Amino acid sequence: MKAGALLYLDLIMVILMLVLAIGALHARSLRHAVILFIVFGLVVALAWARLRAPDIALAEAAIGSGLAGALLLAALRDRRPGDDATRRAPVWQSVAVGGLVTALVVLLAWAFLEVQGGRANEPLANIVQATLHESGVSNPVTAVLLNFRAYDTLLELTVLLAALLGVMSLGPQRSPMRAAEPMAAGLIGWLIPLLILAGGYLLWVGAHAPGGAFQAGALLAAAAVLAHLGGRREFQLPGHTRLRLLAVAGCAVFTLVGVSTLLGSGVLLQLPSDWAGGLILLIELFATASIATALFLVYLGGHPPSWNSREVHPDA
Amino acid sequence: MLDVISLLLIFSGLAFYLAGTIGVLRMPDTLCRLHAVTKADNLGLGLLASGVLLQLSDPLQMLKLLLIWVLVLAASATGGQLIARHTLDQKPNGDPPEDAR
Repeated sequence: MKAGALLYLDLIMVILMLVLAIGALHARSLRHAVILFIVFGLVVALAWARLRAPDIALAEAAIGSGLAGALLLAALRDRRPGDDATRRAPVWQSVAVGGLVTALVVLLAWAFLEVQGGRANEPLANIVQATLHESGVSNPVTAVLLNFRAYDTLLELTVLLAALLGVMSLGPQRSPMRAAEPMAAGLIGWLIPLLILAGGYLLWVGAHAPGGAFQAGALLAAAAVLAHLGGRREFQLPGHTRLRLLAVAGCAVFTLVGVSTLLGSGVLLQLPSDWAGGLILLIELFATASIATALFLVYLGGHPPSWNSREVHPDA
Repeated sequence: MLDVISLLLIFSGLAFYLAGTIGVLRMPDTLCRLHAVTKADNLGLGLLASGVLLQLSDPLQMLKLLLIWVLVLAASATGGQLIARHTLDQKPNGDPPEDAR
């Protein structure tokens, strides 16, 4: 009975995801598409939760739906009139994209079957569980992300930094909204400390339960976005030097740890198991700061107005 | 007895959600729709949470459920204010707020 009810819930979720995805692609206007995409992200987060992957569910809700949604809405606000005109792609483009997507689906299906049914190799999950005690943390997801496959996470942080550099060179940031009315200002003032607290909790709890640097960073960035929306001018970005340091801190500390393990044991990012817990916390701490900085600056859509005093920008 | 109260609370919560959804679909403008949907968020979720609360035995879980409700209240109130502000700013002939940009 219980399993049956859950099956219906899953079915509804799958259908909802498909309908929302198709709706987002074929929406009347960009505005509708963005809103449908945000709702799609929330349903995907629910689906991850149902698949017992709370780490991914948190990341999807915070980054995929929350911050990406804020980014898209902000981009929508900035567009010039006429940008909304729907442009039909040429046929060869549609065919090319369709072909690539089909190839990707086939590849993913093959990988899935290989992992699920192949059984030629030992499933990766077992290997992770067997070596978990050496990783310094008790949450298998964090163990994989920050220890066994730390390389991937370092590259992810680098990609984020590269994206940030691209956005920073676009021009000056969006100006903050006008100051909020007392009611909204009070609510925002109430919510921001809660978001910071929740971010710190997620960072700390990542060692033994779902959480970690990306989720924590997204929450901190959300607090900054909220301050920006409420026109809280006392929440200023730090000055040039400190902002630059914050943006590269995650990558820098991660690389430093990697290089020191290279010097110590001869293998890049091979964390010694005695120190692994502390090192992971150190990396995650700085990664959280960098991720929050990057996500917020990407939301602002440019560099701070004071970034380069010699350059003259028209006030946005 | 507890189950009956629980069911009553949950169904009245669902009724608020239904009313809120109908409101979002049928109300004429953004502010009215906002008014409808915040009722679903606040009262609907509150009733739903209290209904589920009666089924729990662990006080920690109860506390978590209450916390979720309070957090959703704070988030939806803030979101509602921000959406309303944006709507008022955009309205060409509506009554603009005193300190508009």
